[in-house]
Amino acid sequence: MPLLSLERVSRDFDVSRPWLNRMLEHEPRRVLRAVDGVSFEVESGETLALVGESGCGKSTVARLIVGLYAPTEGRVVFHGRRLQMIFQDPYASLNPRWRVRDIVGEPIRFLGTGARVEELLVQVGLSADDGDKYPHEFSGGQRQRISIARALGGEPDFLVCDEPTSALDVSVQAQILNLMSDLQSRLGLTYLFISHNLAVVSQVADRVGVMYLGRMVELSPAGMLFSRPRHPYTRMLLDAVPDLGMSGKSRTPVRGEVPNPLAPPSGCPFHPRCPHANDRCRRELPEFIDGVACHAVAERRI
Amino acid sequence: MILRRLWEHDLAWSFRRSPVTIVATALTLIWVGAALLAPWVSPQDPFDMASLNLSDAFTPPAWDEKGIGRYPLGTDNQGRDILSTIMHGARISLGVGLAAVLFALVLGVSLGLLAGYLGGRVEAIIMRIADVQLSFPAILIALLIDGVARVALPGDRHDELAIPVLVLAIGFAGWVQYARTVRGSTMVEKSKEYVQAARVIGRRPLAIMLSHVLPNVMGPVLVIATIHIATAIITEATLSFLGVGVPATRPSLGTLIRIGNEFLYSGEWWITLFPGIALVVLVLSVNLLGDWLRDALNPKLR
Repeated sequence: MPLLSLERVSRDFDVSRPWLNRMLEHEPRRVLRAVDGVSFEVESGETLALVGESGCGKSTVARLIVGLYAPTEGRVVFHGRRLQMIFQDPYASLNPRWRVRDIVGEPIRFLGTGARVEELLVQVGLSADDGDKYPHEFSGGQRQRISIARALGGEPDFLVCDEPTSALDVSVQAQILNLMSDLQSRLGLTYLFISHNLAVVSQVADRVGVMYLGRMVELSPAGMLFSRPRHPYTRMLLDAVPDLGMSGKSRTPVRGEVPNPLAPPSGCPFHPRCPHANDRCRRELPEFIDGVACHAVAERRI
Repeated sequence: MILRRLWEHDLAWSFRRSPVTIVATALTLIWVGAALLAPWVSPQDPFDMASLNLSDAFTPPAWDEKGIGRYPLGTDNQGRDILSTIMHGARISLGVGLAAVLFALVLGVSLGLLAGYLGGRVEAIIMRIADVQLSFPAILIALLIDGVARVALPGDRHDELAIPVLVLAIGFAGWVQYARTVRGSTMVEKSKEYVQAARVIGRRPLAIMLSHVLPNVMGPVLVIATIHIATAIITEATLSFLGVGVPATRPSLGTLIRIGNEFLYSGEWWITLFPGIALVVLVLSVNLLGDWLRDALNPKLR
């Protein structure tokens, strides 16, 4: 049994203007579908990464999983003990008026776990007396360690990490990633790792899901995704990674822009940017078959 | 150690550089001291009918040739020492002002927190009431509440309850600005990740509002409260001047000015002038203190 499964989960947001404006200007309600029919499963002990451009719905998926948002359709099933979350911005995720001891101690006090603040701080590479300090006395990387310590205080078996390193310096990113993989092997944690940085993802992920405009377009084991990407969007993303080896291989530059999610294109959401699109792609939404949602792949055209 | 840190604090530094603020603080402290200690340091107890001597009525200030040394600022129509009545009056004015501000603060901050955090219908209802109330002058609201209380309470009870009614009336007239400020800051804080982290831990909305959001929105509230004290004292004085405030047997500064006003044209100018000066000095110094606090806490003006 998988630790976590999402079954055709969708989430809408009402982005309509205020009622009075709508009445006066005869505007309809506007609904943004941030996540559209996403299904996947996460096995115990693995790291599943979600990648995609800004606004593709990956952070919404993270918040649906931990229950910050309720799904509009579909359901999220969790069979583990407890979920916790690590946030993107270490400058906003710690209450500036609280001492570190109280921040890390909050899940312990509230959830009644047996964890101890000092041990947690040492476990994430801080000192036990750092508990007396306030968050502003720490650097970004140290703050992210505090954030991890707080998440561990709830004694989770599943951690949702929403771009945990994207606000940090590159050198500090590596330290945090090492800490996270260290904790994973020591505590047997399962991660859902959200990122837009493919280099980071290739380092941590066992499997990678690629999202585009609220849909999952490809889900493969990490090695396979990076060596043999199938969906044209995945290929485009990988081609956009800077090639430090200067191997000189030809690459397709990124074409076009992400369409407006309020007015998604008909058929396959990627067709306006896809070099392989045909009439069917413009008409029909592709099924998610065997880890990829693409007509051209299903028809063996590419 | 603590004193040293206080001395080197940003606020202390800006305090030392502003002579106006030092004078305003000194005056405010003198006022608070005089008000607190009035029963012990004032030359006469103006509320004790037995100690009054009607034959001393309308004595001019001590430096006038008809003045008496016992009454440095003269006496009123009942032979009460003006200096003593000012001290006792300031006690009532400051007390009513502080209590009204406290009431408005608690009411406004609570409603603002609820509106900003819960949003939706709760917010719409609270903020529309605030908008409607804001379209009336505060003094009118206070008059209205005072008038309703007068009709609702039996005549003999009204004089006893005059001061609590006044506090409620002035407080109700002033909660809106707290609510609006707090609602705005709450909406900002609510979107920060530390609030989401608390929700992932599973804390209830009320607990998050009180322990996480409230400490982070109180800064501007303290500034508003300081300036509001001055406004509340003025409102109280205005109501008492109009004769709907505190009863003449326990006069506040406003009552004193009203009593003196009747004798202004018959030459007894001191009965109204000295309480008037006292009110101006009190309000001005509290106001200057509030202005300084606002500027000192505003990072854009540092």
